[in-house]
Amino acid sequence: MTEILAPFSYDYMVKAMWVAAMVGGVCGFLSAYLTLKGWSLIGDALAHAVVPGVAVAYVLKLPYAIGAFVAAVLAALAMLIVKSGTRLREDAVIGVVFTAFFASGLLIVSLNPTSVNVQSIVLGNILGISDADARQVLAISFVTLVVLAMKWRDLMVVFFDEAHARAIGLRPLAMKTLFFALLAGMTVAALQTVGAALVIAMVITPGATGYLLTDRFERMILFAMGIGATTGGLGAYLSFFLDGATGGVIVCLQTLVFLTAFVFAPKHGLLAQRRRARMVAP
Amino acid sequence: MRAGDAGPSRATAVGGQVDRPVDGSLSVEGLSVTYPNGNAALTDVSFRLEPGTICGLVGINGSGKSTLFKSIMGFVKPRSGSILIGGRTVGAALRANVVAYVPQAEEVDWSFPVLVEDVVMMGRYGRMGFLRIPSKDDRRKVDAALDRVGLSDLRHRQIGELSGGQKKRVFLARALAQEGRLILLDEPFTGVDVKTEAAIVALLREMRDEGRVMLVSTHNLGSVPDFCDQVVLLLRSVIAAGPTGETFTQANLRRAFGGVLRRFSLDGSILHDDDDSRAVTVLTDDERPVVFYGDKTKDADAGPQKSSS
Repeated sequence: MTEILAPFSYDYMVKAMWVAAMVGGVCGFLSAYLTLKGWSLIGDALAHAVVPGVAVAYVLKLPYAIGAFVAAVLAALAMLIVKSGTRLREDAVIGVVFTAFFASGLLIVSLNPTSVNVQSIVLGNILGISDADARQVLAISFVTLVVLAMKWRDLMVVFFDEAHARAIGLRPLAMKTLFFALLAGMTVAALQTVGAALVIAMVITPGATGYLLTDRFERMILFAMGIGATTGGLGAYLSFFLDGATGGVIVCLQTLVFLTAFVFAPKHGLLAQRRRARMVAP
Repeated sequence: MRAGDAGPSRATAVGGQVDRPVDGSLSVEGLSVTYPNGNAALTDVSFRLEPGTICGLVGINGSGKSTLFKSIMGFVKPRSGSILIGGRTVGAALRANVVAYVPQAEEVDWSFPVLVEDVVMMGRYGRMGFLRIPSKDDRRKVDAALDRVGLSDLRHRQIGELSGGQKKRVFLARALAQEGRLILLDEPFTGVDVKTEAAIVALLREMRDEGRVMLVSTHNLGSVPDFCDQVVLLLRSVIAAGPTGETFTQANLRRAFGGVLRRFSLDGSILHDDDDSRAVTVLTDDERPVVFYGDKTKDADAGPQKSSS
């Protein structure tokens, strides 16, 4: 019994579980939007594109969030310029730009081996997170959560029907910019938790799972947040025993939940679809 | 049945400036729109629609119909000219929730996780507070709108589970819940059966009688004389605009469509045993055709009929 509670007696474990649950929950909120818009790849691109910003920020001893944000903006601009200046398709543009940023980030990190190690950027290092970093992550998550809680309906209208959003006096471009700013912020937060390689899972998988479970957007958000927060906290907890990379544990848990929904979801699951198909067949 | 309705906008404004009913009259004056690539989409477009009008917006693909819609919604900025809605600029009209938009079926993501009632509730958002929390009044207006289009029983369906005609009616209900006074409908009859078309037309007539203005873009030429009071024929500028009877003629249609329409003419001995000179002309844009019979002025420029197929 005491063994099960062991992680709670270590400050760093408690901190890790808190941070991971918070980041997981808020990323889950964002994932509900990203999955629906077919923007999954953009989330991935953003996660990789912030790496050089984080690396430079460490070298210059600035808060990593500032570096990451600058890098995200630069990456977005680069994508825009390449896209409007060529006839390449969007996915090719994203592929070129984000690998370029990611590679330059790895290069900067490897040239300054003392400042930060590659592994903690690519794989995250939630168990070793400093108090200052933890506060930063929690602050970003909290602000994002508050903004989303106030504006989730407006964002839903913009994502669902931009013309109608305009007709009721919303400004779609401003709302989308807001969404990407929040996404960039949470990408940085998630970078600390699960690492650049797995951020994409945090901002896609919970939403994809929620989509299988319901036909209502607000419930989809709640499912996605619940899944994100639970797998985040539980993943950090389990990594204490498994002695494995926390990010890996969290994302494997999310995948497990997704697979369960994929098979057993009441309406959109594999089994439910089979059942319906059998009922229709003679 | 008209529980949630503000009534015709012609009614006198008693409420002062707080919630003064705005009419949906549309006045387009010398509108020109040029896209950044230099493409002149609209040149010097002018027309005016008074409250209580159904106006058909007719023209080929690329004639500027959607650019006109986008200008009225403020998506594109005119190079010159002006648009006034109920006497207000586009921005002010949008903020006042006067303009409602009923999208083309292909533009909608039908797999989006929203129920019928959720979509209709979106019509109320512009009239809610900062947090968009629906009031009792908002719910009542959604109920009334659903009731009016006959979707009350299906309100808890996900939108993708509806039939083609039901899908159209969801967005009409949203426009009703929004209490829009100028309603833009983009191809409302595409892929809809005759019965649904009749139902939509009946609803549009009711809405006209409440003083609303409906601007309907359509390829369905045959139904235009049935329900449109006014017609605007567009080919980058206005070919003709005015009452349907005067505007929607063979000659104007041919100018607006060039050789694009399918056209079949029957006349002379094929049609009559006597020397009646009237002819039957069928014009179609691959939807319900428009049929002219016994036009007094048999087109001089028609010459020997060749039906392009």
